[in-house]
Order: sequence, then C-alpha cells, then structure tokens
Amino acid sequence: MQTFDYVAAQTVDEAVSLLASKGDQARVLAGGTDLIVQLREGRRALETVVDVKKIPEANVLSYDAQNGLHLGAAVACHRIYNDPVISKTYPGLMDAFTLIGGIQIQGRASVGGNLCNSSPAADSIPTLIAHRTMCVIAGPNGQREVAAEQFCTAPGRNVLENGEFLLSLRVPAPPKGFGAHYLRFIPRNEMDIAVVGVGSSLVLGDDNSTVTDARISLGAVAPTPLVAVEAAAALVGKPISDDTIAAAANAAASIARPIDDMRGTVQQRIHLTGVLTRRTLQGALSRARGEN
Amino acid sequence: MPTRIHVQTTLNGEAAEFLCDSRQSLLEVLRDDLGFTGTKEGCSNGNCGACSLQIDGVLVDSCLVLAAEVDGKKVDTIEGLASPAQLHPLQQKFLEHAALQCGICTPGFIMAAKALLEKNPKPTEHEVRYWLAGNLCRCTGYDKIVRAVLDAADTMEASA
Repeated sequence: MQTFDYVAAQTVDEAVSLLASKGDQARVLAGGTDLIVQLREGRRALETVVDVKKIPEANVLSYDAQNGLHLGAAVACHRIYNDPVISKTYPGLMDAFTLIGGIQIQGRASVGGNLCNSSPAADSIPTLIAHRTMCVIAGPNGQREVAAEQFCTAPGRNVLENGEFLLSLRVPAPPKGFGAHYLRFIPRNEMDIAVVGVGSSLVLGDDNSTVTDARISLGAVAPTPLVAVEAAAALVGKPISDDTIAAAANAAASIARPIDDMRGTVQQRIHLTGVLTRRTLQGALSRARGEN
Repeated sequence: MPTRIHVQTTLNGEAAEFLCDSRQSLLEVLRDDLGFTGTKEGCSNGNCGACSLQIDGVLVDSCLVLAAEVDGKKVDTIEGLASPAQLHPLQQKFLEHAALQCGICTPGFIMAAKALLEKNPKPTEHEVRYWLAGNLCRCTGYDKIVRAVLDAADTMEASA
C-alpha cells in the first residue's frame, strides 16, 4: 500500500484543522472498509489518513424517546444492531445495517462511512432517508445539519466541503403508528451490492388505517438515492389499501432513472423499484400495526 | 517518509508491542513482522474472510485494519486457540469432518465460527451459513464446514 501519515484525532477541532490544512490530500478513516481498499488499489492517493474513532462525539450511540437516536458517524454496524433497545426501536434501520457486507465487515463498517462513500447503491441511505435522518457535519465554521436526502450529490460525492467531516446522525424517535422497512434485490442470498434498494416508512392515524405521513426512498436507480415524493403523496390522507400501495409503487417506478450495468438492466431496475416499494410498504404497514 | 508508529497491544492474551508503518495492515504486521502466519492472506479487499480475527472480541478482516489502529486493543488470532494439551473443539471437529482441503481459508473459518459460538452457542444450520457468508472456500463446497461447526457447538455445549 502507498505511504501516508496516520493520525488518530482526539477531538473534533483536531480533525477539522488537519482536514482543513490538507484539503484533498486527507481523508477520514472510520471502519476503513471502503478507504483501505481504495488506498491499496491506488484508486485514491492521500498524504494523511485521519482516524476519527477516538473522537467521543463520533462514537456516541444513544437513544431516548424524546430525542430519538444519536448515532456517531464512526459507530460500526455491529454495535448498533447488538444494542437491544435501538434494534427493537428501529427495525427498519436494522434491515439495512444487518446486510451490509458479511459479519466481518459489519464489525468495522460504520453507517457514517456508508453515507460518506456516497455510493448510489449504499444500503443504509434509503432507510436513513425514510426515517428523516439529519446529518451533523463538523467543520471550520462549527457544526451544520443537512438532511440525509441532501447529503449525496453524485456517485462518490457529497456536500462535505474542505475541512468538514460527518460527525453524527440524528434519527427522530418513531412516532406512534410508525413503521419502516428496507429491502434490496440481489441475485443471491448474501454478500452482494443492491441492484435496487427501497426504504419506506409510514405513520398510521388513530384509526390504524389512515396514513398521516409516508416517506419512500429509492437506491441504485439514479446517481444519488431519491425521495419518491409523489409515491408518498399517493398514500397520505387515505386509508391504506392494496390500491393506494399499488399507486405508490407505480409512482416510485416512474421516477427511477437507472443505468444498465452488469448487475441489472434499466427495465429490470424500474420493475424492481415498483415491486420493492410495494413490499416495503407492506412490511412498514405490518410493523406500524405491531404485527411483527 | 512518515515516522514509524509504536503500537502496544495484547496478542492472544500476552502483552505485545511493535513498530509499524502507517500503511501496514494488521495482517501484514502479524505475518511479516511478528511471525504469526496462521492468519492467511486471500483477497486483501474484505471479500474472502481468510484473514479473519478478533479485535476486542469483534470479528473483523485484518486486511482492512491498519496495524496502527490496534494500539491499546486486544487481538486474538488462530494461534491463540489451541492449548498445548489439546486442540480447540472447532479445530478438532474440522479435522474429524475433513472440513478442509487446501487449508488456506480454514483459520478464517475457525475464527469466524468461534465468534459465532461465543454469541450464539446453539446456532441453526441457517444461522451458521449466514454467519459464515463472509468466508469463502473454493475447495469444500461448505457442507463439511457447516457440519463441523454444528458438531463443535454440540460438543462445547455438552462439556460446558
């Protein structure tokens, strides 16, 4: 592997000043499951690698019913899904965090890193969007927050500017009647990259039927994860039914603009977008009703 | 040229320290500098699991860990598994079931299986297969490996 300096930053300020002074020549290391591969394969050349795992704010993992989930950007997947309260509270997030890579990858890979790698096919991003996640970014001018759906700007690119890094994520506490679900299609059982991934959430009113809020996000069908606004609008204000779910699925499929590649064709991906939207809404509905 | 980094760690229960370059993976330092060649190099990009070991009890691919990152941490490799008197039950069952041919993937499978049985002492076949999805074997077709792990789980439970 190429030569670089390794610095384990102890504080937010130390990381920010290093990143600001080194510009494109520095990159943040959390789990390393993308970065170390990129460095070894020569896809990225760096002077400095800034390990943020010793920064307390990047390692926080807490939940309470008032403030929801506060998830440090460097927290590895296994820590999240092994927390009994958090995994029970957010099954729609766990759907994704338990299928990123194998067990070894989940022992290192962070959700923050999945966002920052900004792959269109990243498994965690559609479900983070469906949960209305906010990204807390630290930088030379202090902290700012960006909604998860605004974070990625192109394949491998995001809103982080010079000197900035993703510090943590804030996921609202699920309101009463909330359910969420993430599914991806891969042509095998495990260890693959999503051909299409869909994260859906909905909130049922007191009648346990009328949808008062919904959010659907699509992965791997555009340069960045998409929010299917019309699809959600097809559900809100109406009693949930097979018809409204079918309308949402059609609306979601209609905004997919995927590419043809070795994993799937345009036609297959558009079809899968509708299928997975329908299935994730059905899954979110049963969770909202406490059926599983 | 960056300065070499001093790392203090606990390796298989014993204090260990070494100097490394920032660019060296934990796998490279273990094999090339410390002589712990039980951990194998396969793909070196996190797909095959041949370099599996535990850091603070968590199963990881050591090709995707910088050696400098394990300062202050506890590292457990395949070398720490057997006692001088006897093999670990997983090692014994891999032998009895002939769950290996060329053997390159075996230390990774055994370390991964060890981590599984620590978390879930009585896994189903389905759970074993999913847990071991991050370990590739190109010889055995997996069936004997899965049987060896299930048998080891029974043995360990019986003697617990």
